[in-house]
Amino acid sequence: MVSIEPAHLVGTGGAIGALCRHYLGAAVDVEGFPMGTLTVNIAGSFVLALVTFAGLGSDILLFVGTGACGSFTTFSSFSFDTVHLWESGRHLQAGFNAIANLLGALAAIGLAWGLVALVGL
Amino acid sequence: MTESHPLLTVETIVLIGIGGFAGSNLRYFVGSLVPGLQGTLLVNALGSFALGFLLYEAMHLGLLADETKLAATTGFLSSFTTYSTFAVETALTPEWAVANVAASYALGFGGVLLARQAVAVLERREHRW
Repeated sequence: MVSIEPAHLVGTGGAIGALCRHYLGAAVDVEGFPMGTLTVNIAGSFVLALVTFAGLGSDILLFVGTGACGSFTTFSSFSFDTVHLWESGRHLQAGFNAIANLLGALAAIGLAWGLVALVGL
Repeated sequence: MTESHPLLTVETIVLIGIGGFAGSNLRYFVGSLVPGLQGTLLVNALGSFALGFLLYEAMHLGLLADETKLAATTGFLSSFTTYSTFAVETALTPEWAVANVAASYALGFGGVLLARQAVAVLERREHRW
């Protein structure tokens, strides 16, 4: 197999991840709460954990993990959304958003770990 | 901006795609210079500040074009920062988990607040001109 430059693997995966985030996020977003970012962060953490625990090759890790999952999920939008909820007086929602992203992502990682152990990869 | 025309859809895809390509590569580059938790913390803090700056700029000054914002925010910065790597690294380093979450959240939110201050300073200058 021809070896591919890491920058191309990461970049192409990153472009795909960013586009999926944009369209999926817009599809599930609701008025007044950043449901789109919450969804992509949990789903992306699940897939990254799967490829990490499954011990796939370094090319797949760069393309799917660093590139696609890294771009699909976002910390900057999460930070902005949370601060913005807080400063518009919706303190409870801001707190819920901060905790739901973390616990949701960690639960998804636990699930991925369980799945990989179950299948025995 | 309504995306009724097919060309506008193509434009959106190209802008986000290019931003995502560049943002993920810069994250990968920073990660190779500063590996592990610290590298992820660094990109997330810097990216949160930059995104906050652009979004508050859009709210208060509105100097940048919609296309620039799409490429820079949804494409570049959202791809430069990452939640999945942060979460997986947190799960894989239990001894640093609490400190990593506390530092990432503090620097992420702090970055956004700092950006808001920076835009407020620029806005006051704008009014003086």
